[in-house]
Amino acid sequence: MATATAAKPATMAQALNRALRDAMADDPSVHLMGEDVGALGGVFRITDGLTKEFGEDRCTDTPLAEAGILGTAVGMAMYGLRPVVEMQFDAFAYPAFEQLFSHVAKMRNRTRGAMPLPITIRVPYGGGIGGVEHHSDSSEAYYMATPGLHVVTPATVEDAYGLLRASIASDDPVIFLEPKRLYWSKADWNPAAPAPVAPIGRAAVRRTGASATLITYGPSLPVCLEAAEAAREEGWDLEVVDLRSLVPFDDDTVAASVRRTGRAVVVHESTGFGGPGGEIAARITERCFHHLEAPVLRVAGFDIPYPPPMLEKHHLPGVDRILDAVARLQWEN
Amino acid sequence: MTVQELPGAGADYRPTPPPAWRPRIDAAPLLPDTEPHRVLGTPAADRLDPALMRRLYAELVRGRRYNAQATALTRQGRLAVYPSTVGQEACEIAAALVLEEQDWLFPSYRDTLAAVARGLDPMQALTLLRGDWHTGYDPRECRIAPLSTPLATQLPHAVGLAHAARLKGDDVVALAMVGDGGTSEGDFHEALNFAAVWQAPVVFLVQNNGFAISVPLAKQTAAPSLAHKAVGYGIPGRLVDGNDVAAMHEVLSEAVRKARAGGGPTLIEAVTYRMEAHTNADDATRYRTDAEVEAWRAHDPIMLLERELTERGFLDDEGIQAAKDAAESMASDLRDAMNADPVLDPMDLFTHVYAEQTGQLREQAALLRAELEAEEQ
Ligand SMILES: Cc1ncc(C[n+]2csc(CCOP(=O)(O)OP(=O)(O)O)c2C)c(N)n1
Repeated sequence: MATATAAKPATMAQALNRALRDAMADDPSVHLMGEDVGALGGVFRITDGLTKEFGEDRCTDTPLAEAGILGTAVGMAMYGLRPVVEMQFDAFAYPAFEQLFSHVAKMRNRTRGAMPLPITIRVPYGGGIGGVEHHSDSSEAYYMATPGLHVVTPATVEDAYGLLRASIASDDPVIFLEPKRLYWSKADWNPAAPAPVAPIGRAAVRRTGASATLITYGPSLPVCLEAAEAAREEGWDLEVVDLRSLVPFDDDTVAASVRRTGRAVVVHESTGFGGPGGEIAARITERCFHHLEAPVLRVAGFDIPYPPPMLEKHHLPGVDRILDAVARLQWEN
Repeated sequence: MTVQELPGAGADYRPTPPPAWRPRIDAAPLLPDTEPHRVLGTPAADRLDPALMRRLYAELVRGRRYNAQATALTRQGRLAVYPSTVGQEACEIAAALVLEEQDWLFPSYRDTLAAVARGLDPMQALTLLRGDWHTGYDPRECRIAPLSTPLATQLPHAVGLAHAARLKGDDVVALAMVGDGGTSEGDFHEALNFAAVWQAPVVFLVQNNGFAISVPLAKQTAAPSLAHKAVGYGIPGRLVDGNDVAAMHEVLSEAVRKARAGGGPTLIEAVTYRMEAHTNADDATRYRTDAEVEAWRAHDPIMLLERELTERGFLDDEGIQAAKDAAESMASDLRDAMNADPVLDPMDLFTHVYAEQTGQLREQAALLRAELEAEEQ
């Protein structure tokens, strides 16, 4: 008995699959749909085995049309189902943006709360897997800029499970961004006793430190933790905050950390210009101005279309670039 | 072996699929009629049901009056905008009346009248156009989706809802309305394709009223008819005279019946004409002639029905007057209701964005509340 419930190494992909399965088992109104989610189990195998277990009506291979997938999911949610939609890749979600912006995000508001849309939209996002063009975009800023959507992104195996369960349970539409290069990351995880459903909208302090805060999420979390280790040698004691949710944004956790450390660097793959970091830096400045010893810095992807795979390592924020920014926090007027 | 070396490969060689390949269905039965289906003024009118026709007549007259009243309200500044359906009332009325109570209507921004004919309070139906909120009714209560302004985007919703209802084992049909211009949008095509693949109980009604704002149909499509578009998706397309309310009712009921019985979706093109400008903000003289409008006036939906019914002795002066009176009383109620200034609570701006307000919205709500309190003092 004890061995059956022991924690074992699990991948984020397995945790996501388990979250979908548990959600479907718990609630018959949960329906999965997308391209290749059936027999194939999705190109990343996140829906592996679910059609077999729950039937084609509950885990459905749709025609290849993103607006159609999301648009029909809207109608299904209007009738009381909880659709979970898979967009195959970040940059292939764009055809669905009209449905997303004009209907998914606004239906509750348009109907004065009479018609909430509990839709979860799973989007594998970000680079670092050697994908060719259109397979590595970080599109979170588009979603963040759209009122009515929650935007969530796990960085750990446990959060992958807990946040996906929370997203599916949410009565509001959630953009669930899956950091695809962490799909195969492993952690000890007990599927028999998965962590409680994680509340949406709370950041987590992944490492405590005193001299500066790295604020990050999704694919950049492991990079920041590595940078924090490396920075120890240079005398920097870095705190690392994992946002987990971009909307709603956890101002309290972020501000409390920055007030403690007095210095902050925001790290993400998405472009710096017009990217999430600008918003985060502004929020920190508004709340912590008198505590800041240096300007809030951003380490982001370059302001370029996502590069070809052989060049992506130059684009993605890595440990060195983060450490350089940390060094610049030794601000002299 | 290259293609050129294959047996029989000449300059005109085209690879042919192996014999096992064949089209899934014979397209011929899906092809729409070449002429719009008509009932009024044809021998088919012999089968008219007088009671139903009198009801349709009364609804048409009420619909025309509704259009006139709403247009007048824009002149008085009571409505921000109104897209009139004068000339298209037969489509609007038939669409609403063929549905059962449990069915759903998915109207476009032009189809306020269909919503009213389905039983929605005329005032609630106008909330969007008045501008005090976006949707003035609870869609679940009346089974009418919010009027959709982005063209054709409501069509996939109709498919999803009908599909969901069928999965739940409910007897529900969805009827989705779109204009001729809207058929060029990607969502139109995706909706038809999903509906066909899923065999969803949906009826698509295209009101081809000749124009998308100023652009005539010839610049919108090169298809022989909009009903032809059904064929490529493997569903039947029907072409019908959109000013002939008896024909509209017949074709729509047939499609609804078929959908309800599990026969899948139908695409219906109603050929009609928009008698007034696109909205009160549009100048129709820039893109069409008076002669064209006059020619359509001779094909007015109310006139066509009135003539048929009076000739057959189904309708007399008294009946006509009764319809007019009922319409007049609806108009005067609407006028009264619309002449009262709506009471709006600005704090509502933050109430319905999320189930629970985010910290960000709570801060902004506090700012607005402070501004409102300062104004009061
Ligand atoms: C996606 C989208 N593009 C553009 C518009 C602006 N627009 C409003 S009505 C209209 C013409 C619509 O024509 P049609 O579909 O024929 O419907 P009708 O107005 O004739 O009923 C346009 C271009 C819109 N509402 N939505």
